[in-house]
Amino acid sequence: MAEKKVRYQNRIELLQGTLDLLILQTLQWGPQHGYGISVAIRNRSGDLLQVDTGSLYPALHRLDKQKWIKAEWRISENNQRAKFYQLTAAGKKQLTRERSKWSQLSDAIAGVLNPFEGETKP
Amino acid sequence: MRWIWQRRRQEEDFDAEVRSHLDMAVRDRAERGEDRGEAGRAARREFGNVGLVKEVTRDVWGFGSLERLFQDLRFGLRMLAKAPGFAAVAILTLALGIGANTALFSVVNGVLLNPLPYPNPEQLVSLAESKPNFDSGSIPFPNFRDWRKDNRTFSMMGISRTYSYNMTGRGEAEQVSAEFISSDYLAVLGVKPVIGRLFAEGEDEIGASPIVLIGEGFWNRKFGAARDIVGQGLTLDGKTFTIVGVVPASFKLQVWSFRTSDVYAPIGQWTNPILNLRTAGLGFHGVGRLKPGVTIQQARADMKRVTAALTAAYPDTDTGIGATLMPLKEQMVGSLRPLLLVLLAAVGFVLLIACVNVANLLMARSTGRAREFAVRAALGAGRVRIVRQLLTESMVLALAGAVLGLFFAEWGTKFALGHLPATMPRSAEIGIDVRVLLFTMGVALLCGILFGLTPALRISRPNLQDALKEGGRGSGGARHRAQGIFVVAEVAMALVLLIAAGLMIRSLSALWSVNPGFDPHNVLSFGVALAPMPKDTSPDSVRTKLRELQSRLASTPGVKSASLSWGAMPLGYDDEDLFYMEDQPKPASVNDMDWSLSYVVQEDYLKVMGISVQRGRFFTALDNEHSPHVIVIDDVFAHKFFGDRDPIGKLVVLDNKGGLAEIVGVVGHVKQWGLDTDDKQSLRAELYFPFMQLPDAAMRPSSWSGTGVLVRYEGEAQSVQKAIRSGLQSMSSDQVMYSVQTMEEVISDTLVERRISMIVLGSFAALALGLASMGIYGVISYLVGQRTREIGIRIALGAKRSDVLRIVLGEGMKMTVIGVAIGLLASFGLTRLMANLLFGVSATDPVTFAGVALVLTLVALAACNVPARRAMRVDPIVALRYE
Repeated sequence: MAEKKVRYQNRIELLQGTLDLLILQTLQWGPQHGYGISVAIRNRSGDLLQVDTGSLYPALHRLDKQKWIKAEWRISENNQRAKFYQLTAAGKKQLTRERSKWSQLSDAIAGVLNPFEGETKP
Repeated sequence: MRWIWQRRRQEEDFDAEVRSHLDMAVRDRAERGEDRGEAGRAARREFGNVGLVKEVTRDVWGFGSLERLFQDLRFGLRMLAKAPGFAAVAILTLALGIGANTALFSVVNGVLLNPLPYPNPEQLVSLAESKPNFDSGSIPFPNFRDWRKDNRTFSMMGISRTYSYNMTGRGEAEQVSAEFISSDYLAVLGVKPVIGRLFAEGEDEIGASPIVLIGEGFWNRKFGAARDIVGQGLTLDGKTFTIVGVVPASFKLQVWSFRTSDVYAPIGQWTNPILNLRTAGLGFHGVGRLKPGVTIQQARADMKRVTAALTAAYPDTDTGIGATLMPLKEQMVGSLRPLLLVLLAAVGFVLLIACVNVANLLMARSTGRAREFAVRAALGAGRVRIVRQLLTESMVLALAGAVLGLFFAEWGTKFALGHLPATMPRSAEIGIDVRVLLFTMGVALLCGILFGLTPALRISRPNLQDALKEGGRGSGGARHRAQGIFVVAEVAMALVLLIAAGLMIRSLSALWSVNPGFDPHNVLSFGVALAPMPKDTSPDSVRTKLRELQSRLASTPGVKSASLSWGAMPLGYDDEDLFYMEDQPKPASVNDMDWSLSYVVQEDYLKVMGISVQRGRFFTALDNEHSPHVIVIDDVFAHKFFGDRDPIGKLVVLDNKGGLAEIVGVVGHVKQWGLDTDDKQSLRAELYFPFMQLPDAAMRPSSWSGTGVLVRYEGEAQSVQKAIRSGLQSMSSDQVMYSVQTMEEVISDTLVERRISMIVLGSFAALALGLASMGIYGVISYLVGQRTREIGIRIALGAKRSDVLRIVLGEGMKMTVIGVAIGLLASFGLTRLMANLLFGVSATDPVTFAGVALVLTLVALAACNVPARRAMRVDPIVALRYE
């Protein structure tokens, strides 16, 4: 147990619920497989966010079950068989909801962290 | 089951997904220039614990817990199949424990818990008349009629009494069981006739026209279930009765003297001349149905009013009488409750011991599996998951044990009920029903948790590194302690059971050595139904017929002596006479007279029964209808009514037997009321009256449908019985022998309840002893196995083999002695609960306590001895090289 904790210290723990948002957002740019999603999140976050497979796959399967994404086996650009996930119409709506929720949350947190900025704004 | 397929596809799909993830990761790394092998390892490291990822992802799919359960079940079954010896022992142990519990619970369920099989059973109460010295006496017919008429709280009430008729005119003469009932009796219990009708109001009056109901079994047997039977005649004791209906075979009742019978006749048909006396109880007891909403307290108050009015109206006969009401179920099974609860507690102990044993087995086995679970934990199984896996395994064991136990229980109860006399009320209702099944399942689940949890918790908390390194030898200390506690608990519980059984055995042997006051060996008792006699047969010819019968019986080959018997029969049924001393003025009412048990017998009775004359003489053939009346009394009578004076020659007046009689002898007391309770009864005085001196009124043909007979025989009871039967047949084909029993059987029947509890407790105790010694043996063997190296070193260092033996035995004895001490303490507290089942031995009898403790210690010693000898023979070279 102790060893594990040390390993995680270099990374930022994802807030509860934000992984879904990141996955949906990643799929906004086109269908992607699980490995591709984790690589995309890592690259776009400048290696700060590393998605644990133990969280990624349950999340993918959960979103699939909610019918926000759908899965399909295809051949990848490197000629490998992979399971691609793709946003559904409901998933796009969900993404919009999640995004606005997230911006509200980040505004709120920013407000708490920088109270004076908030006061000066009319 | 389609979801299993779906699930499999989903599994395979996900496996492929994970594989493709890893492939892509490897490829990316390889493209970045990493070494191929290194890339594979790095990719897997990055991916993490594949098993865990699969596990948490599967959770998302739903069905997770159910599926895991199946997985665990499958795995559990596989583990058990791999260790068939362990599985067999564990399942058998549990099956014995659970089976015994199920069997006993099915008895408790059938007898105590199920409602009576009559409509609105809670309204039913039993009725009896209380007398000044007797709480639940019989109800005289005239009193009953007034109860029925005057009460305001009952919707119906009825009384009944057993009888047996000699049926003629339908093939061979046959003794049929009969019951005299009042008109409402069957209606009270909600009986609906199969065909025809029940009795109507007034049909039970004396002088009403003779009608009968017949039982469905009798109807099938005798009349082939012919539907035109209603309206036909049936000849009973020479009188023709009209059949009015058939009582269903499903109707069963055992209370008071009521038994399901071949025929049911209205009370008024009984030709007993004293039926209409308010002093004559005649064995009538009753049942009543309360009006809806009436409580038993209200009914008691109401009946108090009714009986008080009777006392006022008939002070001579009804002074001091009352009504005793009790819920019918209480009346039927109330006396069994303490016994059944004691047995239930006992069987619970057996189950606990079985559980402890299986827990012990699991603990011992867990050593071998510590490595397996360490590996599983390392592969990502959470602690909860492992505990659940282990519990599932114990549940599999428990359920398998329960299923096998159900068979044991079903077979065991069938066997036991089949081999017991039908004295257990409601035994027909004992069986396995939904409630019993639920109980068994509950017990099994409880067992699974009970014996599975401790090992599971212990094993799921291993020090991973130790377990992997050493193959699970290191973490023993705590486990040994737990096993030690298990052994102590087993020994303690087994001791409690053994002591309970020991006390029962001592009670029974004390009872068997009680002298009943007569010699029960080689005595046969039976009834003879006489051929019907013409109505105008004179008393003298009745006497002649009875004399012929006696001399015929006495001259039967194998019969040494014979006596007709009327009235009371030792340990069988009782009959009383009211009397007063001739030198006293006649009491104003019967309430002021004295009571004595009354035996009406012939001159050979003493020879038959082996009773000794203490003073004076017994009857001779000359004490007959032509000579002055004489009686013989027992020593209790003599002591009670004459003190130190000599009773011989004194005169007493018998109220019901023709007046004045002279006491000519004193004989030894006979334990009429049973070997155990006779001393505690208030009515113990006994008198003997010569058969032939019964008044002429009693010698009417109608009074003599049958008589009791006692004979002393030599040789085989069976062949003597056969000889008697054919002798009676040759006198008249209408003469029947019935209810044949040896006196030894009669005595043993009176002890049946105690004997059952002794047998049941004894078998539970034996089971407990066997299981406990198995447990001790297992634990000591296991400890010896664990310490082989240590013992080897000790021997190599010069320890004597006898020292090794002493150490191992000492270890076993330490646990045993602690267990025995705890068990003794517990027994002191618990055996009190069975005090009323004991006889002639105290609930804390030191001999039993000490003896049982000794026996248990010796058995434990024997159980330790085998592994201890094995330890002694340890070869140090082998033991050390083994490492």
